[in-house]
Amino acid sequence: MREPAQMRILPDGRRLHLHDGPIDLIIEAFGAASEVNAAYRAAAARFVTVLDELCGELFFLRQPARTGGPRAAGVIARRMATAVAPYGERNFITPMAAVAGAVAEEILGSMASAATLSRAYVNNGGDIALHLAPGERFLVGMVERPDRPSLFGKVELHSTEPVRGIATSGWRGRSFSLGIADAVTVLADHAAAADAAATIIANAVDLPGHPNITRVPARELAPDSDLGFRLVTQKVGELSSHEIATGLDAGVAVADSLLAEGLIRSAALHLRGETRVVGASVASGWFVAPEKSSRSLIHA
Amino acid sequence: MVDDDAIRCDACPVLCYIKPGRTGACDRYANDNGQLIRIDPHVVLDRALSRGDSVVPFLDRNREWDGNIVSGSDTFVTAIGAGTTYPDYKPAPFIISSEVQGVDMVTVVTEGIFSYCGVKLKIDTDRYLGPETNLVRAQGESVGHVTTSEYGSQMLSLGGVRHLTGGSRREGTVTCETLLNLCDRKPVELTIDEGATVVVEAGKAPIVDGVREERMRVGCGSATIGMFAKQWQGKVDEVVVFDDHITGVLSEHQAGKLLGIPETGIEMKGRRSTPGRYFRVAEPGTAWGGTNIDDPLSILREFDPEIAWPKLRLLMVSTTGEHHAYFELDEALRPVEKELPASLTESVARIKENCEPALSTVLFMAGAGGSLRAGVTENPVRLTHSVRDALTRVTCGGAPVYVWPGGGITFMVDVSRMPERAFGYVPTPALVAPIEFTLKLKDYAALGGYMDHVRPLNSILHGEGRRHISANPENPWPLSGTKPPKSDPRSDQ
Repeated sequence: MREPAQMRILPDGRRLHLHDGPIDLIIEAFGAASEVNAAYRAAAARFVTVLDELCGELFFLRQPARTGGPRAAGVIARRMATAVAPYGERNFITPMAAVAGAVAEEILGSMASAATLSRAYVNNGGDIALHLAPGERFLVGMVERPDRPSLFGKVELHSTEPVRGIATSGWRGRSFSLGIADAVTVLADHAAAADAAATIIANAVDLPGHPNITRVPARELAPDSDLGFRLVTQKVGELSSHEIATGLDAGVAVADSLLAEGLIRSAALHLRGETRVVGASVASGWFVAPEKSSRSLIHA
Repeated sequence: MVDDDAIRCDACPVLCYIKPGRTGACDRYANDNGQLIRIDPHVVLDRALSRGDSVVPFLDRNREWDGNIVSGSDTFVTAIGAGTTYPDYKPAPFIISSEVQGVDMVTVVTEGIFSYCGVKLKIDTDRYLGPETNLVRAQGESVGHVTTSEYGSQMLSLGGVRHLTGGSRREGTVTCETLLNLCDRKPVELTIDEGATVVVEAGKAPIVDGVREERMRVGCGSATIGMFAKQWQGKVDEVVVFDDHITGVLSEHQAGKLLGIPETGIEMKGRRSTPGRYFRVAEPGTAWGGTNIDDPLSILREFDPEIAWPKLRLLMVSTTGEHHAYFELDEALRPVEKELPASLTESVARIKENCEPALSTVLFMAGAGGSLRAGVTENPVRLTHSVRDALTRVTCGGAPVYVWPGGGITFMVDVSRMPERAFGYVPTPALVAPIEFTLKLKDYAALGGYMDHVRPLNSILHGEGRRHISANPENPWPLSGTKPPKSDPRSDQ
């Protein structure tokens, strides 16, 4: 029995919550009340068909990205395919790796074109699309372990900088990971691009063949997983500090190359309390130091 | 894709295959030993969001399958989202002890999967909805039937095990969806064979064939004559109150006679019951007074020329005051419609005023089967006896229930007294509803309760996934059966 899409304003009276099947969006827009209203209406109107659009070509979207193959039909599906295209030659990846970011981007786009907003975000389970009018900024808090949310750092994003997408990936998250990173957070120009890159980097944080890492074929857990019978991480046991460093090094190497290719702007990699930062953070002040008090992930 | 133990979830178009013990892509539906169940992380989300301090970037994969509602300063744990151990005959998911006025109480909290369940719908309307016993359909599927007419209302009985599991797959699915929507206080469109299409929503006015029902009639046509005869005396010579059941005529009615209102020579169609009271002046319908009449004069024969007189003043009004017309007889004793005189507008308005708002009301009715009762005690029949003996109080999402006399635990509950989103379903199809049994701890021990599973209230209050809501002040407090506690500052954040 199909449940209808749910749309509601959260109890704080400010944020919009859109939910349909596995898609769960938290949205907030800033600006004149009438503009915010118009943006929320546009978001809801766009949202109602999103899941059906994606499911209509779900089979295709679960196939590995390859150049010269069939093209996606829907606008969101095309964005997913575009986001993973740079990785198809060297990695296993399917357009599904970018689905959360691509949906967030699409909804944000519908809002920004329907209303004049100073700022807005669409948070799709941690994959976030941002809108910043000139002179505006966002302060974004980051969690190290999604299952134990406590803030370890925050990111300040200004309108003058190109970052409009944030995504986090890790084996403890909702999606399966081939790697052992607790979380990899990526800043990129678009949410779909950030989503795909976070997946690639999180997969790369790894210690292949390590006996303390429990890996299970994805299809034994989810029979229709796009990862097929590839081994996905289910448990990470004891690791020495040397092993932690080795695992992070592998991820940093990939992140560095993505940075050099202009695919990402910055990345923060977390494993067992150790953090490595790649990218423009030092110069711009992104990924500032941890603070003690707990703050919003997306803080107005 | 061949996978023997995976089940396919049809809750959304992703159509995940889900292995036992796993959730689908949404983390909301799970395979519990071959049963697709809903685990609703919304409750968890609500908590994080309502706290206002953090949004968690991922939903927790390892979340336990619970998510209780806890309410009030004297906290009561409802079964909403508690999950169920069915069909494993294990102790209920939560067996919670608390102290109430010095007495140790225990509340056994579970969600029941009810195949034997349905709703009783009371639709306040004088309009004709359809013949008794005819099928009621939703989306073309039969989901119930028309049962008795009650005073100012029509009763429908929807659901039940035959529609849920006895018919086609689609009939069961549509029935389940219809029941769930009605219990969730959502609007549902129902079509009655050879009858009306009605949109019902718990606590809201019914919409019959596109017309919103505003008011219940104050009484039948005859009763209305009795109530208002005195107000009409001297202002009008004759009044006909339209009703699909008993239409009243002032001059012939006992009330008119007592006031000395003279005969008018009016001749009614239909079958006269007693003086001034007529059955079946017209067929039932959705026009005047719940009849099929659009032209009120069509229920009259010609006036008796021996008695009637020119300029005779005639008011025709429906039992709800929604329809009315005023006539005066011409020289040929034919009624000619005129504007309603100011002296009569008040009485028409008063009829309308005396009609209460028309509502659709939904009672959920279900029977707690042996396996559900086995989650409470090792000896299920003792629970039945304990409920019978009023030692055990049954509540449904914290709302009071009426337990039907006789065997078993068959209960009814007004869904509007329950918290929001209290119901769920499994694809069997069957409804999932919360049910709580509250009794003294010593009585629980005596009836063979799972004493080693009793946990103190505090132990479950602070885990993940608790949704705190305030108690409905109209409900008796489940733990004491008296008044609800003062409102909780945590409520409704």
